[in-house]
Amino acid sequence: MARITLDGIAHSYDQDLSYALKPINHEWTQGRSYALLGPSGCGKTTLLNIISGLVFPSQGRLLFDGKDVTNLPTEQRNIAQVFQFPVVYDTMTVAENLAFPLKNRGLGRAAIRTRVSEIADLLGLTSDLHRRARRLTADAKQKISLGRGLVRSDVAAVLFDEPLTVIDPSLKWELRSKLKAVHRALDVLMIYVTHDQVEALTFADEVVVMKDGRILQIATPTQLFEQPEHTFVGYFIGSPGMNLVDAEIDGAEARVGEQTVRLSARYNKPPAGSSVRLGFRPDYTTLVAGGDMKVRVQRIEDLGRRRLAKVSLGAQDIFAVVPHGQSVPGDAAGIAIKPERLFVYVNDERVAGEPL
Amino acid sequence: MIEKPINNRAWLLVLPVLAFVLFSALLPMMTVVNYSLQDSMGANNFFWNGDAWFRDVLNPSTDIGARFFDALGRNLSFSFAALLIEVPLGIAIALCLPRGGWAVGPCLVLIALPMLIPWNVVGTIWQIFARADIGLFGAAVNGLGIPYNDTQNPVSAWITIVIIDVWHWTPLVILLSYAGLRAIPDAFYQAARIDAASRWAVFVNIELPKLQKVLVIAVLLRFMQTFMIYTEPFVVTGGGPGSATTFLSIDLVKIALGQVDLGNAAAMSLIYNLITITLCWIFYTIMTQLDRRRDA
Repeated sequence: MARITLDGIAHSYDQDLSYALKPINHEWTQGRSYALLGPSGCGKTTLLNIISGLVFPSQGRLLFDGKDVTNLPTEQRNIAQVFQFPVVYDTMTVAENLAFPLKNRGLGRAAIRTRVSEIADLLGLTSDLHRRARRLTADAKQKISLGRGLVRSDVAAVLFDEPLTVIDPSLKWELRSKLKAVHRALDVLMIYVTHDQVEALTFADEVVVMKDGRILQIATPTQLFEQPEHTFVGYFIGSPGMNLVDAEIDGAEARVGEQTVRLSARYNKPPAGSSVRLGFRPDYTTLVAGGDMKVRVQRIEDLGRRRLAKVSLGAQDIFAVVPHGQSVPGDAAGIAIKPERLFVYVNDERVAGEPL
Repeated sequence: MIEKPINNRAWLLVLPVLAFVLFSALLPMMTVVNYSLQDSMGANNFFWNGDAWFRDVLNPSTDIGARFFDALGRNLSFSFAALLIEVPLGIAIALCLPRGGWAVGPCLVLIALPMLIPWNVVGTIWQIFARADIGLFGAAVNGLGIPYNDTQNPVSAWITIVIIDVWHWTPLVILLSYAGLRAIPDAFYQAARIDAASRWAVFVNIELPKLQKVLVIAVLLRFMQTFMIYTEPFVVTGGGPGSATTFLSIDLVKIALGQVDLGNAAAMSLIYNLITITLCWIFYTIMTQLDRRRDA
């Protein structure tokens, strides 16, 4: 029913002097949920607004099911969007709010009533239908905004622009599960913009990590965690983020300071002058006696479920997990990492080696 | 639980304000109250007259009562006409103003200009401007074949006074509405586009409800000012022709200073004042309560 294709989409707010969004080629498929994740100002909202037609891209084509909609105005695209701050029509009741997009599109009264009650049911708004919208809580208002998008049976995609920002923390989880339930029930394409990795990773089938107007990686939450393609992805996702240490690569070995560690693949020599770093998740780094590399323990944090050690590897600080029931080794401290958990990043991009 | 310190001596801090209000409003007012309850045969001899002045003013069959109710009717008609034109016109112009960019500043300054001109200067400008023989406006209208003379024809006089007020004070409504419109987040307009709302639907369902608070202020200010109108008719028409533009304030001055009828003038000004306050209260209550009732 709906497939959204970005064909070389790029956007500049200042006549191509700088790009808020660098050229992107990607295809969003029906029934999946995507999250656009990145720090503020990375271009994720711009991308969202291009899809909904609130911003027209300075380059490239946007296709819905293969049909070019690049220059089509918002109201002619089958898009619903939920904004950061709840938008409700103050003077209307909840039911009138939900009926508004249908009324504007000239639907019959009976059809509107059935559709509104369906959606109200789905969102749990039925008991509030005849209340005025503006006295409701922020999360109920946000549900109304969502509902106004969903009542249209032709809607191809629902876009969310940080929809949980103003929601009370205790209700965030509830609203998020509602979104997931809606997604399962209606089988629509959902694109969700956020700068909160937990929100992105729990909501989406696939996460698009963006920085400075560029897409760094599009992958499932697991892939992002297990195999980040970019140092920023490794660092931004996970808590704490990926350990990144300067290293020299020599075939299937990496030298970190004075120490050498074995890799799971053989790498070509990186070009001179490039930054070479070794990345490994703290979660897969264990503090042991001996180990693959010697470290000096700075402090141990007890996080309840696990213990985390901040250690120095040469002159660089990294994190490692301290297994339960294991005493912290003193002078003989080291870290153990499986070679397949070590990744090589040249100029921040992951490079693949030849398997040994 | 945190115990909050309670110290009623804080009320002493209100004293300077009370003293100020006392001297700026209450004491001058008391002299008026004084006149309204007494009569004088001259030579600064006053004697108690009870509520006789008030009864006269409020009785339409007396001479002074008839004058009072005629003028009150004119005042209400004038305020009604001015509000009816200024509020919709102000909102309409505010909607047309640019939302951003270099043009905003010049536009706002140009619009605000009439408000910077003092009342009597506005009156003087229009007295000449509206003259049927040499005034640009008056002569032009007559030139178009429309009979117009603001000193001889009551309809012309009324139209002139209303136009002056619209010209002078619509900018206030424009500025307030513009500020109100700017405060509406873009997301509302974007959502409306996604909902395929027409321009009219956006105005009725988004802009007007969001403007409600500033419009309460605009209506109250404009009502108070139009209801107290004095300078423009005083300078331009002198309350005429006949008594066609003799508003309460003009009549009050005639009675108090022209006829030195202090008792009637004092009673009339107190009633006038009370009416203004009451009408403002009614406006305010209706406009704020209406909304609350719809919620219930």
